[in-house]
Amino acid sequence: MARLVHTRKACAANPLKMSAPLGGAMAFMGLDGCLPLLHGSQGCTAFGLVLLVRHYREGIPFQTTAMNEVTTIMGGLDNLEQAILNIASRAKPKVIGICSTGLVETRGEDIPNDMKLIRSRHPELADTALIFAATPDYVGGMEEGWAKAVTAMIEALVEPRKARAKTQRGRINLLAGCHLTPGDLEELKDIVEAFGLSATVLPDISGSLDGHVPDQYIATTFGGTTVDDIAAMGSAGLTIAVGGHMREAAEKLNAIANVPYVVFDRLTGLGPVDHLVQTLSEYSGRPVPEKLKRSRSQLVDAMLDGHFFFGAKRVALGAEPDLMLALGTWLSEMGAELSVCVTTTPEHRLEALPASEVHVGDLDDLERMAAGCDLLITHSHGRGMAERLDIPFFRAGFPQFDRLGAQHQTMVGYRGTRDLIFSVGNLLMEHGHDHVPVAESRKLIHAAA
Amino acid sequence: MSLKAKIADLFNEPGCSTNQAKTEQARKKGCSKPLTPGAAAGGCAFDGAKIALQPITDAAHIVHGPIGCEGNAWDNRHSASSGPALYRTGFTTDLTELDVIHGGEKKLWKAIHEVAAAHNPPAIFVYQTCVPAMIGDDVVKVCLAAGEKLGLPVIPVDAPGFAGSKNLGNKLAGETLLDYVIGTREPGDASPFDINIIGDFNLVGELWQVLPLFERLGIRLRASITGDARYAEVASAHRAKANLLVCSQALINLARKMEERYAIPFMEGSFYGITDTSNVLRGMAGLLVRQGAPEDLLARAEALIAEEEARLWAALEKFRPVLSGKKVLLYTGGHKSWSVVSALQELGMIIIKTSVRKATDGDKERIKDLMGDDAPMVDAIPPREMYRMLKDGEADIMLSGGRTQFVALKAKRPWLDINQERHHAYAGYDGTLRLVERLALALTNPVFEQVRKPAPWETAREN
Repeated sequence: MARLVHTRKACAANPLKMSAPLGGAMAFMGLDGCLPLLHGSQGCTAFGLVLLVRHYREGIPFQTTAMNEVTTIMGGLDNLEQAILNIASRAKPKVIGICSTGLVETRGEDIPNDMKLIRSRHPELADTALIFAATPDYVGGMEEGWAKAVTAMIEALVEPRKARAKTQRGRINLLAGCHLTPGDLEELKDIVEAFGLSATVLPDISGSLDGHVPDQYIATTFGGTTVDDIAAMGSAGLTIAVGGHMREAAEKLNAIANVPYVVFDRLTGLGPVDHLVQTLSEYSGRPVPEKLKRSRSQLVDAMLDGHFFFGAKRVALGAEPDLMLALGTWLSEMGAELSVCVTTTPEHRLEALPASEVHVGDLDDLERMAAGCDLLITHSHGRGMAERLDIPFFRAGFPQFDRLGAQHQTMVGYRGTRDLIFSVGNLLMEHGHDHVPVAESRKLIHAAA
Repeated sequence: MSLKAKIADLFNEPGCSTNQAKTEQARKKGCSKPLTPGAAAGGCAFDGAKIALQPITDAAHIVHGPIGCEGNAWDNRHSASSGPALYRTGFTTDLTELDVIHGGEKKLWKAIHEVAAAHNPPAIFVYQTCVPAMIGDDVVKVCLAAGEKLGLPVIPVDAPGFAGSKNLGNKLAGETLLDYVIGTREPGDASPFDINIIGDFNLVGELWQVLPLFERLGIRLRASITGDARYAEVASAHRAKANLLVCSQALINLARKMEERYAIPFMEGSFYGITDTSNVLRGMAGLLVRQGAPEDLLARAEALIAEEEARLWAALEKFRPVLSGKKVLLYTGGHKSWSVVSALQELGMIIIKTSVRKATDGDKERIKDLMGDDAPMVDAIPPREMYRMLKDGEADIMLSGGRTQFVALKAKRPWLDINQERHHAYAGYDGTLRLVERLALALTNPVFEQVRKPAPWETAREN
């Protein structure tokens, strides 16, 4: 049981946290034919866009309502309306995903009402889904923004279950938290499909941000969950939510369409993946396929081979809550010790972490406490700290702008956990401080000879 | 002066060539084109102000705002330092909901004291952002009071994002330096060979590519504003004899007002391309001589230029076979729409289009000088069209900024970054050589031929 500790300082230094609107807009990147729109000044969009471009190495179609001094005073309705109309006519998206920012929320804009007004004035928008998530910058971080956007997608698009409508037993919903990469989602889809099921992943960034080359120029997202897929989620037989921050979305889906749900706090490590596989086997009524059993066996072997390098290693971990839970618990299950944990928001789920304390703070806090650790795990902004402290550095989470292939980093499922053991284990092996005994007497003999 | 009055004053910039070309009426409207919601790109005023000031390496830079302003933005530029690293630390008050309700002034006050105590910097810059500006946090008052108490310059940068574009933010940063920094220290060692360079932010170390040229002429950099700068240098910038203004759109107001206030003449110039670099050396030598430096500086500058140009053209010659006949789509704008053209053309490359967004009439004249009256100048090219031109092979390579990188790559054509996010330094003579080297590398990389071939089972035409 970990105790949540708040850093008592007025000035954050080297932030670990990124903003809620960025998380919300990123979630909208997982919808097909979508154009995420941040309702704020143009910098709100530009900063987030640059960060996504650096991480995914893809063009990112974010737009802005470009609020200025006058509209900040007079109200943002006109800007929101113009932005939606301009986007609809230029990019012809199927969905416009709108995230508010600190600017419009401080002003107290009634955006749902503005959207109703815009809808009533513009029948030409009838075929464009408009989804709004309230994501002020000053509440929470990326994880919170992402969660709000996913809940908003469900609220806006899932069709309520009609009485006596038939459940599609072969379909399940997979609500994906923001700590999952396109590689993670591909792995989870493979596992689901191994039981003859098909999954609607929401949001599905493995369709849009997996780094592929389409044959034409597309002004919106290309790939991801479609509007029709989301509408039909109410007919699925089961919802699997990955990451505690997806619980609210699962509950919303249950409230709208009565779909039962299971929340997995994490899917990294033998135990939680076993739980997923068992759940799918029971749900589908099928035995666990040989291929998955083989993968499990490979993971077990990797744990046996790898544990030597993890035992009693002191790890400094900086991550948003659900990534921290996944990696922290797994590290501890490999025999490592969670020496320093710094997260972004005071999330009570983290009390389950096998550490004494979890600090709500920044990378500067992490750096002050991480001296003497054997391994640092955080996003790319930790690279300066790793250099200064001279400790091995494993990049995890968002952003990773100084590495290729961040979108394919896979850390869930049997295979993902196995590969994670290899990547981190190799790093620990390379930097291991085992002392080679020096045979002084042999040296003396050689010197005399 | 209120922020509003300050912005109105900036829009009336007489030194700006775009502004000069306008009618009286158009000038009154100001230079901030209203942004189009849903079709705008680029940073905000806060972004621009921070870009221009953060390269002061020994100062602390605190962003007063919610996490989006610094959490999403810190550590994102390659502005290099030859020493201090404090400017790299991202400080922010990380305003939360409670702060928004109760006001953020006290938190800012504490934050300034924490940073001063922990790092003892020569100065602290504090950046205002949208949310605290809306709730009425008086950043100027807090900074001045904290500065007095700490005995340390604490400088308010009043450029919240909603004030306007990145460019406006650059200019507000210039005003900040005029109001609070420049002229506050006296150097003990002023000389007739002292210059300031304004508007170079030492991205990927470009300043260091050109400083040796000045050093060979005995010209000394009094202050860099602000690439690889130290606070004390900038504070004593008013004792330079001449100013060199690069990237003129950004800090023209600063150069002109320094001329007004401290009688420091300035020239606009650029280090992109061979001719430009020579013009800068020639021009700065001229300015210094007019300001009282010995006459022989002119002849020494000419000798250096002749030597460097000859060396460079000889070095570039080996790239001719690779580059000759290759078609370039140049998508940048401003002075870069022509400053690299001469070198590329000289090596036999064909510029099929050059965009003149953000370019002045003077820029357009330069393009015509280089490429004739029917120079293929275009305004913005929609990404869809850009993609088509590259995909259909109308261009062999695109030179542009990061924003359009993936248009080229997804069309399976080589691309070279010539904007500020780039990872290679292209300034001065050696920078031009570097640019041409990178160009040749991009054009000859074997991946393009491989990825353009369809998979063997695809019968469709080559994509």
